[in-house]
Amino acid sequence: MISSEALIKARGLTKKFSNLTAVDGIDFEVYKGECIGFLGPNGAGKTTTVRMIYCFLPLTTGELSVAGMSVTGQAREIKRIVGVAPQEDNLDPDFTVVKNLLVYARYFDIPKAEAAKRAEEQLNFFQLQEKKDVVISELSTGMKRRLILARALINEPQILLLDEPTTGLDPQARRLVWEEVRTLRKRGVTIILTTHYMEEAAALCDRVLIMDNGKIIEQGAPADLVKKHVGEDVLEVDNDEKLMETLRKEFPSARFEAFGDRIHVFTSQPHGVFQSFLKKFPSKNVTIRNANLEDVFLKLTGKGLRD
Amino acid sequence: MTKITDSPSRFSMPKLTRNVWKVWRRNLDVFMKTIRVNFLPSLIEPLLYLLALGLGLGGFVQPIEGVPYVNFIAPALVAISIMYGSFFECTYASFVRMFFQKTFDAIIATPISVEEVIAGELVWGATRATINSTTVLAVVAAFGLVSSPLFLLVPLLAFLGGLLFSSIAMCFTAVASNVDFFNYPAFLLVTPMFLLSGTFFPLSTLPLAVQTGVQIFLPLAHVVSITRGLVLGSVEASMLLSLVWILVGTFVFFVLSINLMKKRLIR
Repeated sequence: MISSEALIKARGLTKKFSNLTAVDGIDFEVYKGECIGFLGPNGAGKTTTVRMIYCFLPLTTGELSVAGMSVTGQAREIKRIVGVAPQEDNLDPDFTVVKNLLVYARYFDIPKAEAAKRAEEQLNFFQLQEKKDVVISELSTGMKRRLILARALINEPQILLLDEPTTGLDPQARRLVWEEVRTLRKRGVTIILTTHYMEEAAALCDRVLIMDNGKIIEQGAPADLVKKHVGEDVLEVDNDEKLMETLRKEFPSARFEAFGDRIHVFTSQPHGVFQSFLKKFPSKNVTIRNANLEDVFLKLTGKGLRD
Repeated sequence: MTKITDSPSRFSMPKLTRNVWKVWRRNLDVFMKTIRVNFLPSLIEPLLYLLALGLGLGGFVQPIEGVPYVNFIAPALVAISIMYGSFFECTYASFVRMFFQKTFDAIIATPISVEEVIAGELVWGATRATINSTTVLAVVAAFGLVSSPLFLLVPLLAFLGGLLFSSIAMCFTAVASNVDFFNYPAFLLVTPMFLLSGTFFPLSTLPLAVQTGVQIFLPLAHVVSITRGLVLGSVEASMLLSLVWILVGTFVFFVLSINLMKKRLIR
């Protein structure tokens, strides 16, 4: 259940690194129980924002509160109720799988018996029971990811921060992580995730915030954003002079976007207009598909390579 | 909008809680897991020195102020192990944990603060120094090279001296861009200390200017002087001055290293 109570509140949140403004005066709220996604190209400021939420980075200016506490004065209390699954693997390579969880539990002052119980639960939930006594270097990328998630949950956090939780995973491992994230959401954990994968954001998030150059350029429910920015259907055709001319005549208000030698045609007209067009002007190599979040993302952030 | 000026001075006092011990405990857990690999070298090295320098070279050397050469160097070997144990723990080992393993980042995401992580590392470095030097002390004692019950105070000195060398080491770790950087302090600081701190010959044989330089800049000289006094039972007033140097140095470098590391890790 998503409540109307803002669990995280940012006002004019800004982070500067020497001469780079990574996050540029953003405002946002995260409501209790929702799963919110920060989307954006590399360097958009997603990870920096997440790191400020868990008090890893101090803010340059602005205000940021988590569960009513200020990140500048009450870092310790905030970190107690937040679980963090960072982008990079920072599992402790000196320990086994279960020992990683137990040592982490100690950092949170969780008593030994309780820590053992929770570690056991997490290992079962993330299907790592068989690997319990294995050292970290022997785990696959997917298992490491799941262990990082398990570790992030050891303090039974109210807020879970997932920084690119599925980057580098194969489709099977990715689906498994998605399933686990959905289960956690059903249990009422507030989840904030950053991702490059639009289908991931569409599958998991109640709401997404699209960031670019340190600013939030759009936000809303994935389906609403798709409807608002790209309509319902997308027509993909070869870049053929004659066909393009006909299309321009038929859809004067449509947006044409070149991707290599293919043209994507976006229109805000209702579902079915492209089908009727094809009946009138049958053409080869044509695809009609549903508009998706990736179309929105590329429209808003452009096609230029980042990094 | 509130402007947060986050530029702590190099000497602002760190706020520490008992969380420091959780970081220390993490390192102890790793140490216990690999105790055999950790323990043997620290046992064998002083044995080799005692054999080669004490018994071998010592046969050609006259007693120093009435003390046989092997008895003269034995306490120095204990002091050297205090330096090595802590210095290498808080340079190479801490750097690996910070830079390659990202262990510090993982801990900072929990209620433990950066200051506490670094303090935990420093206290652990001091603990390593105590463990290593106590092992060496036992070897020295087994060879009958201890002549005063005061030697029982050496582990206390080892912890203090270890904290000093850990703190100095951590200052280098705070500015190191890669592991190779540690060649500088290893060759320009640790090796001169190893050779010149009254370890293998009395400081008094050096020119006066060099003696003064050693006493000002090479803290091992003070650790050697006190260790030798405790092991040989020859307590002198100058040892008090050495103790003051160590106490003040430990405090200054402890605070400085935490602030430097904080500056490096929190941007």
